[in-house]
Amino acid sequence: MSAPIIVEEHPLDILIRADRMPHIWCPGCGIGIAMRCYAQAILESGIAVDRHIVVSGIGCSGRVAGYMNVDSYHTTHGRAIPFAMGIKLARPELMVTIFSGDGDLVAIGGNHLIHAARRNIDINVICINNFNFGMTGGQFGPTTPKGALATTAPYGNPELPFNLPYLLAASGANYVSRWTTLHARQLKEAMLESFSKRGFSFVEVLAPCPVGFGKSNNIDDGLEEMVLYRNRCVLVDDGDVREDELVIDLREDQPIMIGKFIDRDRLPYQPVKCSAD
Amino acid sequence: MGGVVAENTILTGKHFMNGDEACAEGAIAAGCRFFAGYPITPSTEIAEHLARRMPMVNGVFLQMEDELGSIAAILGASAAGMRAMTATSGPGLSLMMENIGLGIMLEIPCVVVDVQRGAPSTGLPTMPGQSDVMQARWGTHGDYECVAYAPWSPQEMFDLTVLSFNIADRYRIPVFLLADEVVGHMVERVVIPSSEQIETWERKRPRVPPGEHFAPFLVEDDDLVPPMVHAGEGYRIHYTGLTHDEQGYPDMSAERHHHLVTRLVNKVRINQEKMIITESYDLEDAQIVVIAYGCTARSARRAVREARKLGIAAGLLRLVSLWPFPADQILEYASNQQTFIVAEMNLGQMSREVERCIKRPVSGVVHAGGAMIPPGKILAAIQEAAR
Repeated sequence: MSAPIIVEEHPLDILIRADRMPHIWCPGCGIGIAMRCYAQAILESGIAVDRHIVVSGIGCSGRVAGYMNVDSYHTTHGRAIPFAMGIKLARPELMVTIFSGDGDLVAIGGNHLIHAARRNIDINVICINNFNFGMTGGQFGPTTPKGALATTAPYGNPELPFNLPYLLAASGANYVSRWTTLHARQLKEAMLESFSKRGFSFVEVLAPCPVGFGKSNNIDDGLEEMVLYRNRCVLVDDGDVREDELVIDLREDQPIMIGKFIDRDRLPYQPVKCSAD
Repeated sequence: MGGVVAENTILTGKHFMNGDEACAEGAIAAGCRFFAGYPITPSTEIAEHLARRMPMVNGVFLQMEDELGSIAAILGASAAGMRAMTATSGPGLSLMMENIGLGIMLEIPCVVVDVQRGAPSTGLPTMPGQSDVMQARWGTHGDYECVAYAPWSPQEMFDLTVLSFNIADRYRIPVFLLADEVVGHMVERVVIPSSEQIETWERKRPRVPPGEHFAPFLVEDDDLVPPMVHAGEGYRIHYTGLTHDEQGYPDMSAERHHHLVTRLVNKVRINQEKMIITESYDLEDAQIVVIAYGCTARSARRAVREARKLGIAAGLLRLVSLWPFPADQILEYASNQQTFIVAEMNLGQMSREVERCIKRPVSGVVHAGGAMIPPGKILAAIQEAAR
């Protein structure tokens, strides 16, 4: 093993609050990778860092707002999207991104998610999907596969999960993609693309949660889940996939469709203005 | 608050309008340029009026999917520098409670209008109530101090909406306008002053430029109000609903929590003289003191007048602000063993508070809601007390 290289500076230093480290995430967690991609995307966006705003809800992914060195708002459980809408409509020149998890955005905040997509308001959502409620210790949520074990599903999850890209496409988002934390470069590119896209953008990020979802479902650590991504992920080129092909169940040896599913230019939401005559 | 002020921004002049519309015009006159709400009787006219008016003044009218979204959206808009308001009724206020706590914790100013109706639950949607008084005071979890005004006329729906924005901005707190269906739907003369006559208190803003060290929750003044940074100004601030230190960073310690929550509570307590408003009618020599607020104070005013005609020394203390509780103002009239009557359209929410304050029983003229308490009922209580 080669000796580590100690450097004085890192290009992302200006974007991470070093005084907030160490972070709270567990070994093998994928959120840090996605946050790093977000930081890199901000750096490459060509948009002044001071114009980037991040809003989070509650949960492990919600802690991203506290670690990013941009104006950041760590709000209440499920309400990151409407809070972010308020900022965006008050200051349309700001680049407003919601960084949160599937429990926050899709369970308790699900109504705001679909309505913001329906309005096609010009904000970006980065949704970490780790198939469970991680922070509270591995309960099932709206993305947990049917039958998977969770602390509140000791006999297997009796519910069917949401299929997020399909939900967002049906709701009206202009941009919908799915990547994993294995696909760091593509993920960063997708975030960059979502910044430049007018209207509602949704980037789903599949991320290991070895302590929450993994331990109950025979995925021993983060690396094992990354290997599983590498073996199973299938890139969708043309965006044309059937709903059932988007289903994910990490316990089954079946393809995981990733890529860009929706890229369209429906008119984004604009508040009504009376002409000044 | 930015933006070009159009000619028709403030409708200076004499109008004949209902209280909900007057509230909406008060918001416009106060410089509110962001409204988010969800339709609910009997507050809907506020949303309808602002849907028409906001586009005329370069403002944003946003109809949200629910009240949870409405309150979150106005907090976001206010965090970005706009004066922002929502309007609802009891059921919607219940849904907003969690994020009202967020507003208190993040110290984000906003105005929450509650046009009260018969409650609990769906209750009497089209009929008046005054039973959200304690919900406003204690509804969100945790310790906090509340500021709430109770207008008794369409004119006050205008005036107190303007004041609510000023108090909210000055002290960085959510402020409640606890109206009721009667004043919301009553049509009366409303005089809207000229823009120069409408006072606007600015938010306290950082004294150092972006880039220099700045702690967004560090108190620099005796009033315990830290300067407020808006989104996108370059200070790279962090706001969290978690217990936080002066930098805004989470600090999970009992000491920090006690320090923060105590400051947030004291911020209102030490400044309460600037928030409390009461009005006295015939109280100088009164042996019977009637306390009332909102639409019920109209009946009480009449009852006191009638009592005087009958030779009974009765007076009215009208609570224009319900919270902070005007203890000193009440005690001023409690020094001589006067009899206290509290009239209110709930089953004794303020009566109990007054009893706690004067340390002796009061006589309550109460009703669960649905119709105004008639003057005769209050007069009967006055006569009973005079016997």
